Amino acid sequence: MTTGLLELHEVRKVYGAVTAVDAVSLNLAEGEFLSLLGPSGSGKTTTLQMIAGLVMPTSGGIMLSGRPIGPLPPYKRDIGMVFQNYALFPHMTVAGNVAFPLEMRGVGKAEIARKVETVLKLVELPAHADRYPRQLSGGQQQRIALARAIVFEPKLLLMDEPLGALDKRLREQMQIEIKHLHERLGVSIIYVTHDQDEALVMSDRIAVFNAGRIEQIGAADVLYEQPATRFVAEFIGESNILAGRVIEAKGDTCIIDVLGQRLRAQSTGPFATAGTAVLISVRPERVRLAHTSSAVPDAENRLSGQVSEVIYMGSSRKYVISLAGGNPLTAVQQADGDPARRFTVGDAVVATWGSADAVTLHDTPGS
Amino acid sequence: MLLRADMVWPRVRAALCVLIITFLIAPMVIVVIISFSSAPFLTFPPPGFSLQWYAKLFANPLWASAFSTSAKVMIPSALTATVVGTAASVGLARGRLPGTSIITGFIMAPMIVPVIITAASMLAVFRIWGVEGTVTGLILAHTTLTIPYVIFTVLASLRLVDDQLESAALTLGATRWRAFWRVTFPLILPAVLSGLLFAMVVSFDELIVSIFLSSPTVRPVAVQMWSDVRGDVDPTIAAIGTIILVFSLSVLLIETLLHRQRKRPADTGQADELAAERPR
Repeated sequence: MTTGLLELHEVRKVYGAVTAVDAVSLNLAEGEFLSLLGPSGSGKTTTLQMIAGLVMPTSGGIMLSGRPIGPLPPYKRDIGMVFQNYALFPHMTVAGNVAFPLEMRGVGKAEIARKVETVLKLVELPAHADRYPRQLSGGQQQRIALARAIVFEPKLLLMDEPLGALDKRLREQMQIEIKHLHERLGVSIIYVTHDQDEALVMSDRIAVFNAGRIEQIGAADVLYEQPATRFVAEFIGESNILAGRVIEAKGDTCIIDVLGQRLRAQSTGPFATAGTAVLISVRPERVRLAHTSSAVPDAENRLSGQVSEVIYMGSSRKYVISLAGGNPLTAVQQADGDPARRFTVGDAVVATWGSADAVTLHDTPGS
Repeated sequence: MLLRADMVWPRVRAALCVLIITFLIAPMVIVVIISFSSAPFLTFPPPGFSLQWYAKLFANPLWASAFSTSAKVMIPSALTATVVGTAASVGLARGRLPGTSIITGFIMAPMIVPVIITAASMLAVFRIWGVEGTVTGLILAHTTLTIPYVIFTVLASLRLVDDQLESAALTLGATRWRAFWRVTFPLILPAVLSGLLFAMVVSFDELIVSIFLSSPTVRPVAVQMWSDVRGDVDPTIAAIGTIILVFSLSVLLIETLLHRQRKRPADTGQADELAAERPR
């Protein structure tokens, strides 16, 4: 990791009896794209507002470029922010909006004109300088909000669900554009979203928020392959969660008793000692299915059951398997046309997966 | 031919509307006509037309002094009420003061408390302060009475202005003061001007408190009219009424124009398309 740009240390925000943000700590490297991902009310927007200086933390420290910024008002922080509803000034033209942060910094007129022109070219709206925000489409307003937040060249750009109001296609297009812009400008971005796909597509790292805390922070593939908690396993992608008891823990794998079967899974923490109740998370696309009658491939983990539901999804099919104990297990199979891998409701099947595809999780009630 | 209920009702409604409008507008029209009467009394229809009452009005130093008093009270009180009312609205809408609703209630009280009570209490206090029967006293009273009108319009407008705009201005490098003047104020300006105009009309029109607080030398138009009506009634009063009517209608017209001006930049472009695109 390169030098740290932003550091949050045990930041907490309490509103009366409600703890909105609870002991959040994170580091942001220079040039990094970090997403704060979580359901609404999980504290991600409050965290962003505390970084911007719009909300004062109840306790904890925030450092920007090694300097504590706790006592600084927002206008002295030099942090760009894009708001969920864009917050463009309706009485100013596009050029007026984009020039605003430069005027506030006392930049000369000629310099302002030059910078506004450059940044409008960057967001591909050079011909719209004299329009008013309401004359622009949602996507165009979004670009202007972005232009306004980067025109004064902040080191850090905060984005609060900036694409939430756009339709799906435009949203996907803007995701790519923001990502390209991030690469070109080298600015660090903290991006708040509740859309896991958006976070996976855009981020270097993702911080998963739940109930005011960070559940896990890491690169997208780490969160997906090695979720630390049940919440992360279920919030990012789909997961089969099976309850069991550790029989034996050996290095980074352990053997777990699930429904009377011995299953192997990756051990992710010291909690998985013999005798403890744990959960296993298995991604539906890592589960392979075979007819019980056919030759079942060798695998470390196998559970048998009956197909109870088939969902056609175009490129793949999703099967819900009713396991011997009655628990459901979801398996996604590519629709490759092989009749040996086509199943119908009622078929007796064996589900198998490798031990590297299963992760042991702490069995914490409630989460 | 049978008349069905759904055919009768629209007609009854229309007739009622016409009657209401007639009774509200007709007296005003009659006053205007009488003001140009050639007869020495308030008679309708007038036997002929002349401008004598306007001539008499402008020649009478009592009326000139009344108009000047009204202006001397109206302008400072309306301006003060606008400044104070706008500041109070910002505090009430944006501030995180405890007991905001109680404070609002207090400020709005002059709109709700019977005017006669306000008048009597002001007289009692102003006597102690020694401003009874002076222009200063009337300015103080009218400022208090008109602040609620300013707050009423400005507060409504402030609630429509997204407070994220101010947050955005702060993150872009504006202090709170500059954020207010560059972002919030231009957006509420039409409402502030409406408030100013309302305050002017209310001050000019106000009678009860003015009666209590005026003196023979300090007498605004409304009080002068009232004392005239009790004495000899001649069409001068109609001429005054017409002038006030023209003044009020002009203010109303300006107010309407202000609002149309404000809406114009928003209405052009692709408003409908945007409404469909942004489900908020």
